[in-house]
Amino acid sequence: MRTYWRFAALIVVIVGALVWLAVGGINADKTYYKTVAELQQMGSHALGKRLRVAGDLEPGSIVRSGRQVAFVLRQDQRTIKCVYEGTSPLPDTFKDGAQALADGRMGPNGVFRASQVQAKCASKYESQPGQAHPADIPIRKAGV
Amino acid sequence: MENLGSLAILLAFCLSAFAILAGAIGGWKRNPFLAHAAGRAVYSVWFLLTVAASVLVIGLLTGDFRMAYVAAHSNRSMPLLYKFAAWWGGQEGSLLLWSWLLSCYAAVVVFTNRRRHRSMMPYVVATLMLPQCFFLILNAFVATPFKMLAVGRHVQAVADGQGLNPLLQYPAMAIHPPMLYLGYVGFAVPFAFAIGSLITRQPGDEWIYTTRRWTLVTWMFQTTGIVLGAGWAYAVLGWGGYWGWDPVENASFLPWLSATAFLHSVMMQEKKGMMKVWNMVLVSGTFFLCIFGTFLTRSGVVSSVHAFAQSSIGKWFVGFLAIVIAGTLYLILDRLDYLKTEARLESVISRESSFMFNNLILVAACFAILWGTLFPVISEWATGEKISVGAPFFNRINIPIGLFLLFLTGVGPLFAWRRTSLESLRRNFQWPLLAGIVLAIALFAAGMRHPYALISFGLCLFVAWTIVTEFYKGARAIGAKTGRNLVAGAFELTRRNTRRYGGYIVHLGIVLMFIGFTGSAFNKDSTVEVNRGDSFVIGHYQLKVADLTSGDNDNYSWNRALIDVSKDGKPLGALEPERRFFKASNQGTSEVAIRRRLDEDLYLNFAGMSDDNQRAVIQAYVNPLVSWIWIGFWVVLAGTLVCLVPSKQRLQYARTQVLGVRTNYAPVEK
Repeated sequence: MRTYWRFAALIVVIVGALVWLAVGGINADKTYYKTVAELQQMGSHALGKRLRVAGDLEPGSIVRSGRQVAFVLRQDQRTIKCVYEGTSPLPDTFKDGAQALADGRMGPNGVFRASQVQAKCASKYESQPGQAHPADIPIRKAGV
Repeated sequence: MENLGSLAILLAFCLSAFAILAGAIGGWKRNPFLAHAAGRAVYSVWFLLTVAASVLVIGLLTGDFRMAYVAAHSNRSMPLLYKFAAWWGGQEGSLLLWSWLLSCYAAVVVFTNRRRHRSMMPYVVATLMLPQCFFLILNAFVATPFKMLAVGRHVQAVADGQGLNPLLQYPAMAIHPPMLYLGYVGFAVPFAFAIGSLITRQPGDEWIYTTRRWTLVTWMFQTTGIVLGAGWAYAVLGWGGYWGWDPVENASFLPWLSATAFLHSVMMQEKKGMMKVWNMVLVSGTFFLCIFGTFLTRSGVVSSVHAFAQSSIGKWFVGFLAIVIAGTLYLILDRLDYLKTEARLESVISRESSFMFNNLILVAACFAILWGTLFPVISEWATGEKISVGAPFFNRINIPIGLFLLFLTGVGPLFAWRRTSLESLRRNFQWPLLAGIVLAIALFAAGMRHPYALISFGLCLFVAWTIVTEFYKGARAIGAKTGRNLVAGAFELTRRNTRRYGGYIVHLGIVLMFIGFTGSAFNKDSTVEVNRGDSFVIGHYQLKVADLTSGDNDNYSWNRALIDVSKDGKPLGALEPERRFFKASNQGTSEVAIRRRLDEDLYLNFAGMSDDNQRAVIQAYVNPLVSWIWIGFWVVLAGTLVCLVPSKQRLQYARTQVLGVRTNYAPVEK
């Protein structure tokens, strides 16, 4: 019987440690998906959280100035101003009318500061989930 | 032609449904005619699917652009290899490949077991045909590969197809999906045997032996597929890494983890009759994860967070999974008496316990990855907010898990069954442990401060040392007896017990891969905007942009940089990263330039042109030790193949160890 208690204790320790790691990991790394409308309703709640917002690139809104790229995402009737200042160049598909996904934080002035941007050409891209993954892999620098 | 293909799929669907009924009723009523007919139906399904697949492949190769699938995934200018690979380039073709591979496996199972496992085989056939039937429903009614392009009521060809996704036009990528599918699909076979043995309350261990070999084969394919995918990501995607915890990568990793757990815990059942319920759960769980993985990759349910469309195929998978899981659970619960354990755990420091912790950890990793992958779905369901977690979450939890597993890899095989004495612990682990600790201290003294890296390198040496010692001791014993030298002795040793020593070789390969993974703790990267003549530095390397060129052809336009590399003033040659932009698909790809060496890779990616179109944006990475991952993989593959070779003498060592008697390191001949 004592052996079983020892096993139980070891298992509790291991599982406990893993749960602790997992909870910490989720809290440190979570990203909220928001629509443009939701983002605007959040107001000051949006500050500081990592967010991901998707929309169509408003034609004519892309303005490049130095390393900064400003653009506007539109979803239905709502729009949001975004600024991208990342180091990686923007994808080739980042063009007027394309679907884009911006990953970043809300700035205090109501401008969304994106650290990563993905884009897909809306007209050409046929949805093929199986094929999607290579093309979908975002620009990132995380190893194993 | 296309009618022939559709007809073949429809007939195959009917026959697979028949095989399920004939197998189940034939087994239940012990009717040999029905059971035999079920086997014949399996062969017929294979034949019909081969016909259907041939029709599709011929269409792809000859460029029959009346077919929607051909027009979407092939074009006139692609090389023959990629025309063939377009078979699995899209949804419908992939699902047909799935079906066809499953029918191949099923036909091989029926053929190789035509004189064995008589009472159980009808049920095995029925179970195998269950997913077959499901996938044929998809092939026939949901995602049929033989849709034609038509204007009004007239079938009409287009002039040229859209071609295979340019990112997939890479040799490793052409064979990555079939390898992965061979793994995914293959786990249906162990599952079928498990269900068959459950239904018939199979006595003895013979079915376990069959199951284990099948699992090993599919595990090998799965491993190959995963590593090919990683190698492809590294060489093609241009972000400098090989694994990013993408949902699709995770989907392939989950069944691999549970299958690895099963390969270990099944030894407990073979040798000691323990963990029977658990093994049932693992075999079935692995199969479910395979279906689930196909579902994840095919339905877009999770990748929808960055893919922008969903497919309707998901609900079919959910329905199928729900039915099969419920059925399996019922069977296991109904037959718990048959799965009673024959022995008890006796000590925390024993082989049994090391297997148990190995399983606990592998399943925990599996669960954590599943949880993280599905987190957007779970959080949306629970709180209404869609929240995702990325690579940092997965690394945070999986690095400690990986290190603990590495530790178990070293100690587990040297623990004795039942209980291990302190004396044997000291004898086996004294030197390896000391070596590992000394290495960690030396690296610390040399300036390495990364805690996980120190632990990992120390453990790698520790494990490698224990494995080499095992080979050395055994080879020496045989050498002393037969007068062979050490190499011949080690060879003979492996031949006598391929499973054990093949397993050690696999472990050694895993150690090498861990060395490669650990290297990522010291990755360096930098992004620069450069013009012709500019220089920049990364790590020990000085890089000088000798030339920037650009051009255009029918297929794509390109930018290329010629970069001279030197290290400490010594020239090392030039690298030529290139960026291509494909016109037909409106998609860019990178032709990464990598200087691969055993100590580190220098990796250059032409990321694009700067916004004013004057300077090139170059991403440079120094990735230490990456090559060891690929080397380690070849070792794992070799070890797995060794495991599959039958041993010279099979059951002897198992028996002696069950009694708790430790033989010499080499199993002794009679």
